[in-house]
Amino acid sequence: MASSYNAKEEDGQLSGAAGSGGVGAGKSKKPDNTAFKQQRLPAWQPILTAGTVLPAFFVIGLIFIPIGIGLFVTSNNIKEFEIDYTGIDPASECYNCSQTLTWNSTKPCICKVPFTLEQSFESDVFMYYGLSNFYQNHRRYVKSRDDSQLNGDTSSLTSPSKECEPYRTSDNKPIAPCGAIANSLFNDTLTLYYINPNGTESLVPLIKKGIAWWTDKNVKFRNPGGSNFNLTAVFQGNSKPVNWRKPVYELDTDPENNGFINEDFIVWMRTAALPTFRKLYRLIEKKNNMIPTLQRGNYTLEITYNYPVRRFDGRKRMILSTISWMGGKNPFLGIAYITVGSVCFFLGVVLLIIHQKYGNRNNSAEIPN
Amino acid sequence: MAPEFGESGAVKSYKLKKRRKKQSKKDSKTRTVHSNLLYSCAKGDENPNRHYAHNNIKTTKYTLLSFLPKNLFEQFHRFANVYFVFIALLNFVPIVNAFQPELALAPVVFILSVTALKDLWEDYRRHRSDKEINHMDCLVYCRNERKYLEKYWKEIQVGDFIRLRCNEIIPADVLLLSSSDPDGLCHIETATLDGETNLKQRQVVRSFSELDCVFDPTQYKAVIECEKPNNDLNRFRGYMIHRSGRRDGLHKENLLLRGCTIRNTEEAVGIVIYAGHETKAMLNNNGPRYKRSKLERQMNVHVFWCVIILVVMCLFAAIGHGLWVRQYGEHRPLFDVPSPEGPALSPALSAVYLFLTMIIIFQVLIPISLYVSIEIVKICQVYFIHQDLDLYDEETDSHLQCRALNITEDLGQMQYIFSDKTGTLTENKMVFRRCTVMGEEYSHDANARRLATYQEADSEEEECTSKAGTLPRRDSVTSHQSVKVMHRSQSTKSHRRTGSRAEAKRASILSKHTAFSSPMEKDITPDPKLFDKVNECASQLYLMRSQGQPMNHLASELSDVIDFFIALTICNTVVVSSPNQPRHKVRVRLELKSPVKTIEDFIRRFTPSRLTGSNSSSSSSLVTNRSTHKTCSSLLSSPSAESTLMGLEEELGPAPRREAGPASPPGGDGELRYEAESPDEAALVYAARAYNCALVGRLPEQVTVELPHLGKLTFELLHTLGFDATRKRMSVVVRHPLTGEIVVYTKGADSAIMDLTRHGSTDENRGKHQRKILNKTQNYLNLYAADGLRTLCIAKRVLSKEEYACWLKSHLEAESAIQSREQLLFESALRLEKNLHLLGATGIEDRLQDGVPETIAALRKAGLQVWVLTGDKQETAINIAYSCKLLDHEEEIITLNAETPEACAVLLDKSIHYIQSKFVNNTLNPAAEDFEVDFTPFQIPSSSSVHRLGLVIDGRTLAYALDKRLEDKFLAVARSCRSVLCCRSTPLQKSMVVKLVRNKLKVMTLAIGKYCIQRYIIIILLINRQVLYIEV
Repeated sequence: MASSYNAKEEDGQLSGAAGSGGVGAGKSKKPDNTAFKQQRLPAWQPILTAGTVLPAFFVIGLIFIPIGIGLFVTSNNIKEFEIDYTGIDPASECYNCSQTLTWNSTKPCICKVPFTLEQSFESDVFMYYGLSNFYQNHRRYVKSRDDSQLNGDTSSLTSPSKECEPYRTSDNKPIAPCGAIANSLFNDTLTLYYINPNGTESLVPLIKKGIAWWTDKNVKFRNPGGSNFNLTAVFQGNSKPVNWRKPVYELDTDPENNGFINEDFIVWMRTAALPTFRKLYRLIEKKNNMIPTLQRGNYTLEITYNYPVRRFDGRKRMILSTISWMGGKNPFLGIAYITVGSVCFFLGVVLLIIHQKYGNRNNSAEIPN
Repeated sequence: MAPEFGESGAVKSYKLKKRRKKQSKKDSKTRTVHSNLLYSCAKGDENPNRHYAHNNIKTTKYTLLSFLPKNLFEQFHRFANVYFVFIALLNFVPIVNAFQPELALAPVVFILSVTALKDLWEDYRRHRSDKEINHMDCLVYCRNERKYLEKYWKEIQVGDFIRLRCNEIIPADVLLLSSSDPDGLCHIETATLDGETNLKQRQVVRSFSELDCVFDPTQYKAVIECEKPNNDLNRFRGYMIHRSGRRDGLHKENLLLRGCTIRNTEEAVGIVIYAGHETKAMLNNNGPRYKRSKLERQMNVHVFWCVIILVVMCLFAAIGHGLWVRQYGEHRPLFDVPSPEGPALSPALSAVYLFLTMIIIFQVLIPISLYVSIEIVKICQVYFIHQDLDLYDEETDSHLQCRALNITEDLGQMQYIFSDKTGTLTENKMVFRRCTVMGEEYSHDANARRLATYQEADSEEEECTSKAGTLPRRDSVTSHQSVKVMHRSQSTKSHRRTGSRAEAKRASILSKHTAFSSPMEKDITPDPKLFDKVNECASQLYLMRSQGQPMNHLASELSDVIDFFIALTICNTVVVSSPNQPRHKVRVRLELKSPVKTIEDFIRRFTPSRLTGSNSSSSSSLVTNRSTHKTCSSLLSSPSAESTLMGLEEELGPAPRREAGPASPPGGDGELRYEAESPDEAALVYAARAYNCALVGRLPEQVTVELPHLGKLTFELLHTLGFDATRKRMSVVVRHPLTGEIVVYTKGADSAIMDLTRHGSTDENRGKHQRKILNKTQNYLNLYAADGLRTLCIAKRVLSKEEYACWLKSHLEAESAIQSREQLLFESALRLEKNLHLLGATGIEDRLQDGVPETIAALRKAGLQVWVLTGDKQETAINIAYSCKLLDHEEEIITLNAETPEACAVLLDKSIHYIQSKFVNNTLNPAAEDFEVDFTPFQIPSSSSVHRLGLVIDGRTLAYALDKRLEDKFLAVARSCRSVLCCRSTPLQKSMVVKLVRNKLKVMTLAIGKYCIQRYIIIILLINRQVLYIEV
């Protein structure tokens, strides 16, 4: 085989040569002398020398350290208050509630947790609830939702996606909203009271709108039935999720915040990446410049304790926090910047010393013996 | 990553075997071939050849139907594909699935389809080339038309008679039945089979070689019995049963193999024995063996580790998951979604499922895409190699051919290069460089200059010929170039006449390498001094002849000069041919067969009337016992025809040729070509022609030589004692037409001749003179050898009638002896070749390929070790090594020559000690003298270099060194040397050396040359515009 191929290929080659003899150089097999074919395309290969590496280290160090300091200071200026109200400790106020609570209990259990703010919160305050040991990132949990249903698709409303199994139907009716995420909606109600120095309680106004992403609220989540505000009729053919106390169309009285576009619901549906997470619950807006949003003093947190976490050893927290341009309190970023910058600077100095001391020798011989 | 291609080859051969088995059930262990002409009327049943394979070859792997299953099956030999499919299938199991199953299928389908398309394309290419080969033309005898008709190759069947013309490729394995050569010889070139470009002789089957008439296929009635098709190129046995019941043995000398090319033979007729896939060439070719590159092997290892990491990760995840699930016990947490099927799984079971799921999720960990991307990178690499301008050769308009896509990157990882010498380092073009006659050196400076400038001229001229079909602008090139151009264009034209166009092209290019010498070898600028002497001597002889004086009174020096050239001209087996005449070449067989058959014959011939016989009539009468065919051809070549040419030539004026630069040889000689078995011989004949001593014709019993002034002389060729390796010389016994003496001209290696020269002479003066000449010549020979020239000594001996008669008697006895004939002939030759009178010596250059020293230097700079394995003798090999800068004069050379294994072991030990003492301690004062046995450091190495050592080892020592016990030591020595030179090594040893280094040192090796053991793929590399055939 090879032999015959040999012969053949040589033939081909030679006939090519013959062609060039007769017609001219047109058929020559000579490769084109182009930049691509001869691999002469421009290329940049950085060559790392002391002259380029040392300044780079110093520049990185000098840029990163101020950034880190800035971030750290900003983060430190953010005020944050956190209180655990799970009620694991028998002495705590919510112990009773946590002990007796199950999903099926119909009577709400209310407990009040007092706390004291050491400093006043000047700007807008964000109120979060936090859960620990709750794996919202569980693979099957994350998938267990039907986005088209949440987007107001009526066909999905009547027959939700398979992904929702086993929270797809109950009592032979499709669940709306279906799936495990929706089913496990956080349903504690938190209210905040300021205890005036004279002993009276005054309700701190909490704003429940504006806590969800704009895109979630307006694009991803829509109520079925379009402009029909009679959600009761729309969700007629569906049953509520197993763990819910009330159906989806009774989440709120405000039609703009009811049904699938209830913002608490939307916030919950955006699953957290880590088992310990916090989710925005309410906003406390600054009213006027004179009075701080939250004065220092005593407060009471009133909890309608509905959400059982004891089974999986979970914790529930309430967090009050202000924010800055860089978001919530996060000292890590600043520390990281400062560390990286310092290391670079330090390395730069070390390399500079090495270069100064031994650099000249390395220039002459490629490989020192 | 299973070797899929190899597998398919195996499958193929298995099938073949099966088919063969079936056949063997049908008939016996041999194959019987009848002439198809006896049965041709009926296509079918009674033709006994009908079971044999047709000449239609099919090398494709797939058919339209079998493509999909077969290709898929082959692709699933790849680990990557199996893995992909496994992952994809896993995704279809609902309990473990992680992604959309359809999505997971996409990459598998993509990869499989891309590979399938590639295979399809390759197969299509094979199909096309098959078709091309199957549709090549060939002359097949047709019974109805009673002549040879052109047929396609694929239509040839076993039992057909085919006629092959010069430069044709043989379409099937053919038993040679007739040849245009009067001796029944046919020459083939087997370059496509074994890469050797020299010509090989094949003989007509014995009973047919004695036929007088032209072979007629219809008369052929014999039956051939031969062995079953096998893949042994060097074996063929069988016999031919004639109608009369006579049996003729057949052997491999009778078989023309498919794929070879007919050379130097006008026409050959044969019967097809094996066709198509049953030919030896095809059986030998099990398809390209799939060879894994080092990169690929390494990648497999890494992928294996990836798999282990993946399993570990999955295990970790699964165990963790199990523990985590168990921790919650019966109470399912909110976020733990129960499986849709129903009840919660036990922790252990969910861990198992998670394990599988994790495999899918972590599948990216295994870089399967790497295989695909590497393949793409390789394709790009091959593309760029193809497109590299530096690897393009203008002269042949060819660029590098890369036959193997999968091992290109290995080229960059070579650490050892094993190279052949002849044909690889050197061009195998012998060029006459200088000579010494009677102790006087003629340096041929002009010749050397010409050679030096040759290269540019050559390429220039090449361009000229290729651009214009006719003659190029002649005024632009110098005169001697134009002469060459003429040569070239004529030779191409002549070829065009014989074969199809493409064939002619092929032949004309190939001819540069093979049968016909290139102008560089042909045109030799004579040395003016020597040229004058030759002329003077010839004119004196001419005078003497015209005055009727006896010829043997010439001054000894002058007569030696002319004898020297006569010896150059006739002491060989060179055949003269001219392309536009029917070949009149007559070859003297190398068997020591003498034309003088009996003593009576000798006496009858030895009549005074024949002594002066230089005219053609008497000599041609000698040739009566030959066939008519031959007489006819000899008539055509008869001197009468040529003497007219001669006359013409003399009118033009022969003398001032000296100024004409390279001797354009005597008249009409543009047509005259010399075909020699070894290029050395041709070089010498061309050299003599430059001095106007031209070989004009050779018949079995006479040689015609044309001398200046004297014209054509016909020497009666009495005996030819062929070259053999032990004697290292050859001789011819001729009768000198001028003096009537019987002269023995001997040509051979210097060592062989020098010992046989006559020392003591009766004449004291002469003896002294002779000794002086001997010494001088020996000095020059040493000089030549140091220059890397191949040296040959020329000597003669004048025999008296009595001596000759005496020798002849014993020689004839030896010839007729039945037992130990060879030995007797050998002894007979020894009796003749003694008391020689030294005439001179020649230095022939086996020119290095262009850029060899640079290439070797570049390779070495890149950290490669270059080993040269050659069959040449030690001195020549060392000289060549010096001239190609493989060895350096700065370098110390360790020479290993041992007679016994023990000595070899001792030598190796000593070498190791020596190297250690020298280079480890770096003491410049080694006790080198201690190892004087055979181990001579030539020079003290410069202290800076660590391993400036060269190792030279000869074949016999190599055989000992390759022994199991010594090979480690040998390697230890060889490794510490910068270059290694193995001389006098056999092909087997060469391959053993390569194997040894490859297996023991675990390095990449590259073997160049015809002895390659790794004959899988051929990459033609052009290094510095030089074409190397590199087989990786």
